[in-house]
Amino acid sequence: MNVRWRIAALVAYLVVLMLPIYWMLNMSLRDNYDIMSQLALAPLHPTLHNYAVILTDPAWYLGYVNSFAYVSMNTVITLVVALPAAYAFSRFRFVGDKHLFFWLLTNRMAPAAVFLLPVFELYSTLGLIDHYIAVALAHTLFNVPLAVWILEGFMSGVPREIDETAFIDGYSLPRFFLTVFIPLIRAGVGVTAFFCFMFSWVELLFARTLTITEAKPIAAVMTRTVSASGLDWGLLAAAGILTIVPGALVIYFVRNYIAKGFALGRV
Amino acid sequence: MARIEFQGVAHSYGPSPAAPEDYALQPSDLHWDDGGAYALLGPSGSGKTTLLNVISGLVRPSKGRILFDGSDVTGLSTAQRNIAQVFQFPVIYDTMTVFDNLAFPLRNRGVREPEVQRRVGEVAELLDLSGDLKRRASGLAADAKQKISLGRGLVRSDVAAILFDEPLTVIDPHLKWSLRLKLKQIHQELKLTLIYVTHDQAEALTFADRVVVLSEGRAVQVGSPTELFERPAHTFVGHFIGSPGMNLLPCELDGDGVRIDGFSIPVAPARLERARRASGELILGIRPEFVRFRAQASAESLAAEVTAVEDLGKYKIATARLGRHLVRAKLKEDARIAPGPGWLVFPPEWTLLYAGGSVLE
Amino acid sequence: MLKPFDNRAWLLVLPVFALVAFNAIIPLMTVVNYSVQDVFDATHRTFVGADWYRAMLRNSRLHSALGRQFLFSALVLLIELPLGVGIALVMPRKGGWATSLTMVLVALPLLIPWNVIGTIWVVFLRPDIGLLGHFIDHTLGIHFDYPTVPMQAWISVVLMEAWHWTPLVALLAYAGLRAIPPAYYQAARIDGASGWAVFRYIELPKMRGVLTIAVLLRFMDSFLIYTEPFVLTGGGPGDSTTFLSIYLVKLAIGEFDVGSAGAFSVIYFLIVLALSYVFYQALQRVGTGEAK
Repeated sequence: MNVRWRIAALVAYLVVLMLPIYWMLNMSLRDNYDIMSQLALAPLHPTLHNYAVILTDPAWYLGYVNSFAYVSMNTVITLVVALPAAYAFSRFRFVGDKHLFFWLLTNRMAPAAVFLLPVFELYSTLGLIDHYIAVALAHTLFNVPLAVWILEGFMSGVPREIDETAFIDGYSLPRFFLTVFIPLIRAGVGVTAFFCFMFSWVELLFARTLTITEAKPIAAVMTRTVSASGLDWGLLAAAGILTIVPGALVIYFVRNYIAKGFALGRV
Repeated sequence: MARIEFQGVAHSYGPSPAAPEDYALQPSDLHWDDGGAYALLGPSGSGKTTLLNVISGLVRPSKGRILFDGSDVTGLSTAQRNIAQVFQFPVIYDTMTVFDNLAFPLRNRGVREPEVQRRVGEVAELLDLSGDLKRRASGLAADAKQKISLGRGLVRSDVAAILFDEPLTVIDPHLKWSLRLKLKQIHQELKLTLIYVTHDQAEALTFADRVVVLSEGRAVQVGSPTELFERPAHTFVGHFIGSPGMNLLPCELDGDGVRIDGFSIPVAPARLERARRASGELILGIRPEFVRFRAQASAESLAAEVTAVEDLGKYKIATARLGRHLVRAKLKEDARIAPGPGWLVFPPEWTLLYAGGSVLE
Repeated sequence: MLKPFDNRAWLLVLPVFALVAFNAIIPLMTVVNYSVQDVFDATHRTFVGADWYRAMLRNSRLHSALGRQFLFSALVLLIELPLGVGIALVMPRKGGWATSLTMVLVALPLLIPWNVIGTIWVVFLRPDIGLLGHFIDHTLGIHFDYPTVPMQAWISVVLMEAWHWTPLVALLAYAGLRAIPPAYYQAARIDGASGWAVFRYIELPKMRGVLTIAVLLRFMDSFLIYTEPFVLTGGGPGDSTTFLSIYLVKLAIGEFDVGSAGAFSVIYFLIVLALSYVFYQALQRVGTGEAK
């Protein structure tokens, strides 16, 4: 393909892709009155007021804190349990291994809607509602299977001879795993962490259902911007933009491995 | 078929090469005769693949011109040069049948279908692929796939040269031999110019009429396998070719010969003369195949201590200590030798001298 | 090389099993429980066997929702697959700042919380304050009011979904493309192949693995979709954009019809299970055929 056509097509797509986000950005820099009174392609009197409100009002910024909290917890828990499991799938056969792998997959595909009410009841019985751990654990339903899949894919790329050599050299399994193996698959670990972050950060159904006030994620907080004069679009837009920023940063750090991770390590 | 010439061709992968080290390929004026079978031999990083890619047009050299039969092809693309290349691993079009794979280059050039049928049939016959023409190419073994890769080059009757980049790398060892034989057979029948890159000297020496030995981007010697073996032009060639490689011993001029650690070794007068006029460290080179062993002392023998004898079936390799140096000798399987004192003889006709790495002849 | 057989590996797998089982099996049991009982309140329950199932299977609203769901998922695939592949083909492959920037921008929609996606598009499509809404309504002169016009609601939802998830297909296809060894392109140049031939005989076949993953991931995920369309249209106007998950949540939480919802959940889950099985088989073939 002619290089110039390629670039033109790519730029056109990127512009279209960024347009809705740009529009949010545009609105976030204007106050609500300004927004409602006229449509402008760029803010005529840009203001950071909306952002100031969000960053200073605990009702708002705690939402971000909450989201970060349970997302981080989820990532850690997922990685800690998924790494040994992926290793088992990669290196051994055992009774029911194929069935287990398949069963894990079905959970990745589970419709959240099906689990919503019963999960709420379950966590309610355990008194975990409105705690970070509730959401962090609930999200492991789909994150753990995904993590196992991705990590297994990366692990199978490491020849078993390395394991055997280490064992001959006297390494115990934990020591080998921590000091030799994990460094070899650190790209895979990074990708997995990225996906855990991603799917936990964007998920709303469980996050909203399992929290009330203390652990409410920012995404749920956003729906509370209705006031007597109606929805505050500027504030809403600023909140939205701020939910995109962490994601953008994370993508940047794993940009070299994202594509391979999406392919579940199988490319 | 074409005669390929380099005129001052050099290549650097960096943007602004200044010193010799920046060049992957040092400036050279190599040439390849029409219909010759050449091997480009050298260790990894010696520039063989770069050289090959410069010939094929996949890489445009930083400097110099390339001529095919006298015309400048430096600016031409690969397809325009009519080159065929076989890669390290089989490159085939998975979704096509063997027939379609072979027909692909012809159809792309707009060749008429009856002609396509004819050419593909001929080439398939030559490569023993006739029975597989209707099969999906992806289902075949690695060696058959490499034959298909080769076949795509052969179908084009006007192909200038066929280039091979370590094509036997993924082939099972017991099939390598039959593929090499097939290549030789093709060369004899079709008289094509074949250029074969490899780091395996056995492959190079059995395949080629002439071998180009490369080291660090420079063609160190070009010659027939015999020449390379008997008269290595460079200590590198002496060391790289042969298993084990040539014995290289530092020495000093001493009257009618040279001296190594107090041992006097006679050297052919012509070489001695050149050595006297040369500068740089003097090194004596003799191939293990030419080192003679005697159980008793004789006129020109050198007292040595045999430290090890390896019996490798068809021959034996003896390692002996001569003064401070180790010398290896390759002896026949029935040679009588054991660790302990012994005497070595270096026949003057096989004793070469090197100064600054280059042979003195 | 065959992997050694060792049942002690179960120890390594146990935490995962326990965690996922906790989150999956217990709730599922609850769901099945609801599906076979008529619950009046905490103390009044009667076992009704397969009644709820029979009712659900005959439920016309369920049939409509299922039909809409298949239509939606089919549209999603038809748009996102070719578009995603096309984008992957024009994305830079050389590395450097252009590649990094492109990756970040392309992947961005995937990291936005799903309700924010809905919100972005609510705003974007409003005729008074949204760029696209305003453009369609004022500049193109079409009366644009998707909350009340079913066709417009559909187009909006599909547009939003494509905007949101095409990047996933693009990134997958891109990964597949970058994995192609340069020798194939070189051989194609030598054989005099055209750009189209390169795509058809080299790129597309070599992307088979990642495209399989893309098809199955996108089909499955679109089949389960809830938040984004719910925020955008609430399932409306009326029932016109009520897909399976939205209908289920309406039943369970909106109408408190836990019996129906339970039966529906089980049916829904069985459908997903069947589809997962297909996914699994295809992925196994991909894994053994290509990467390994």
